[in-house]
Amino acid sequence: MLKRFRYHVGVFLTVIGPGIITANVDNDAGGIYTYSQAGAKFGYLPLWTLIPITILLIVTQEMCSRMGAVTGKGLSDLIREEFGLRATFLMMTALVVTNLTNVMANFAGIASSLELFHVSRYVSVPLGALAVWLLVVKGKYDNVEKAFLLACSLYVTYIISSFLVGPDWKTALIYSVRPVMMLDPAYITMVIGLIGTTIAPWMQFYLQAAVVEKGITAKEYKESRIEVILGCILTDVVAFFIIVACAGAIWANGPRDIRDAADAAVALKPFGKYAYLLFSAGLFNASLFAACILPLSTTYSVCEGLGFESGLNRSFREAPFFYWLYTSLIVIGAGLILLPNFPLVRMILLSQVLNGVLLPLVLIFMVMLINKRDLMQEWTNSRGYNFVAWISVAIIIGLTLALVGISLRDLLGAR
Amino acid sequence: MREGRFSMADNILYLTELAGLKVFDLKGRRIGLVKDAALVPLIDSARVDRYLVGGGWAWLTVRHDQVRTISLDGIYLRDELLTPYHPDEYMLRLVRDLLDQQIIDVSGRKVVRVTDVTFAIEHEQDHDILRLIEVDIGLRSIFRRLFQGILPRRWIRRLQNPIAPHSIPWEFCNIIEADPQRRLRLNITHKMLEKLHPADLADIVEELSPEDREAIFSAIDSEVAAEALSEVDPRVQASILESLEKEKAAEIVEEMAPDQAADVLAELEKETTEEILEEMEAEPKEEVKELLEFEEDTAGGLMNTQFIAVHQNATVSEAVETLKSNGDLLETLNTLFLTDSAGKLVGSVPLAKLFVASSTAPLRELCSDDSIQVSVNEKQEKVTELFDKYNLLTLPVVNDEGRLVGVITADDIISLLRER
Repeated sequence: MLKRFRYHVGVFLTVIGPGIITANVDNDAGGIYTYSQAGAKFGYLPLWTLIPITILLIVTQEMCSRMGAVTGKGLSDLIREEFGLRATFLMMTALVVTNLTNVMANFAGIASSLELFHVSRYVSVPLGALAVWLLVVKGKYDNVEKAFLLACSLYVTYIISSFLVGPDWKTALIYSVRPVMMLDPAYITMVIGLIGTTIAPWMQFYLQAAVVEKGITAKEYKESRIEVILGCILTDVVAFFIIVACAGAIWANGPRDIRDAADAAVALKPFGKYAYLLFSAGLFNASLFAACILPLSTTYSVCEGLGFESGLNRSFREAPFFYWLYTSLIVIGAGLILLPNFPLVRMILLSQVLNGVLLPLVLIFMVMLINKRDLMQEWTNSRGYNFVAWISVAIIIGLTLALVGISLRDLLGAR
Repeated sequence: MREGRFSMADNILYLTELAGLKVFDLKGRRIGLVKDAALVPLIDSARVDRYLVGGGWAWLTVRHDQVRTISLDGIYLRDELLTPYHPDEYMLRLVRDLLDQQIIDVSGRKVVRVTDVTFAIEHEQDHDILRLIEVDIGLRSIFRRLFQGILPRRWIRRLQNPIAPHSIPWEFCNIIEADPQRRLRLNITHKMLEKLHPADLADIVEELSPEDREAIFSAIDSEVAAEALSEVDPRVQASILESLEKEKAAEIVEEMAPDQAADVLAELEKETTEEILEEMEAEPKEEVKELLEFEEDTAGGLMNTQFIAVHQNATVSEAVETLKSNGDLLETLNTLFLTDSAGKLVGSVPLAKLFVASSTAPLRELCSDDSIQVSVNEKQEKVTELFDKYNLLTLPVVNDEGRLVGVITADDIISLLRER
């Protein structure tokens, strides 16, 4: 018995990585802003959304990692094989554009978090971009993964800073399980935003690719699933503390809108130097982390799907498209935000619209793929699971489309 | 009928163009569109044997000898007694089974994804046939696929010209098929893979899905499989061996160098290891079993048992005789060891010295001065240190009684250092 247990623990340690990393990158600069904004404006009220968000996240992520483990192929590979080149091409184009704006948002996060430490963005962004490029191009997969796991552990800064703020824990816990709906358009927009930004198309591609890269097979899948679920839960635990910190620091002193995530950090200043510093450091870590993963994951997915040579173990001559795409995502993503008056907010809104177009397709393809018996053998969804999966997908699609509507309104209104 | 300005490209047709091409009967009436085309590799490995035509509710099969002409304008038949389409295990359907799938490019030694297929239109005395000449990958074929059906076929041909083509001759394409029955029916062999360098084959295999890896390893010759498996990433090694039939796994392990075999088996679960050992021949089994006893990070775990030892009183000619009877080891051997009657290591002779010595010379006179050796329990770090310090090629390993039990070679050390 003990031996079996030890075996499982051992296997668990070898499969650790993909799920936790994917879920944590989800809390990138954009995510942190969304959570901070929710806490700053509505206090503890939005906390209830975290439990449904976690469930939706688990349902989608679990399917991806299962597909990766059973088929040994990436999601874009499978989409190409089963749905053809044209569908793949359109998806990959949309993926590149949405992820490019995500990359921009995260370089903006690097810029604004380091500006709190009095580092000019004209220094921090180019250096950040160079570091990202070097880490991935010159690093080895195992080391890179270790660096990423370290980055995951640094999210603990948010937990500490929320304790330093000293919010009303009792209220926070009550509202975590008590759903509150209000017919206030701003509130509804916020709830939609919270759920809509949590599940992004790139995550499905990245997670599945990471599971394959790690060599996880159907045999280790049991442990891998635990890891994926754990990752999803950890992510939302971090989200909980961000919302609570902002609720305690900003909302309690008068609800208001915040401009960006760095604005939230500034608001923590009255609660001591450390609360402020940790929140800013957390933002920097999250932005840099996501700026590492997003370009890489995008490049892998595109190359796989379109059949270009890919992989860091290949030289530039062997895989030119891979390196060009990867480098341009970083250079363009970092370069554009250095332009004065660059309409970043509008780009992010645009990316949310594209996201909303892409995500339904990705999710529907996923559920269709996972039910193909010749692909998944005995690992297809059970009937009950399919029911849950389709409902989750329907909810996510509904909310995403609602977010598209809101973004379009803002985009047109901004003119 | 044929326009002059397309004469250059006139004798070729792409699969993307073929799919959707109109089919006309003897009176020139349209009866449907081409949906797919199939080879029957057992009959001819490159000629399109059948065209599957969809019109009404069911698909029809057009045999290659029922066709009169094929061009971008359509397929004109000369015989309209068509039969309904039945799925047939002997058919390789190009759109379904080849397009968008991964194949192995044997000449380029890599895994590629098929974007399109190029046919030559061959004019036989009274009818046209299509012969598959190349599989297309890369940008040009992607362009063609994306715009097919949106722009007229002839425009696409002209617009694609500036993009460099990227194709693989059909004879260098190795299809991967997981089902062994179907592999036979489609006449898929992996003979070409067996000729690749084992390290290249290993790289290819690492890129494939577990199912396809298993398919290749169960189909190729055990000796080639063993050499390739030795080069594969350890994590992948284990999953390949686990997925294979135990007999086949045992055959492959038997062909591997005992130290590498032991390393792979050590990665597997205990039960699987025993099952594989069970299937092995007695002699390699014992060697591997002995090696499995040692801790992985000691000299014993690193060493292999492929060495040649002769009695210390032997002469050069006797040594040469021994070498002759161990032909399978010669490729990598560089040192000969001398032992006493109890098997204790007394010295080593660099192989090259045998060539310049007279055949009656006692081997003991040719011994190197140094007598570096390690105990089976010595730690890895110490071993690599010795290799570095004394510039060794081969290091003898002795047990507690001083008996020679194995050797560590420089390639083992290189792999070890690369893993770090």
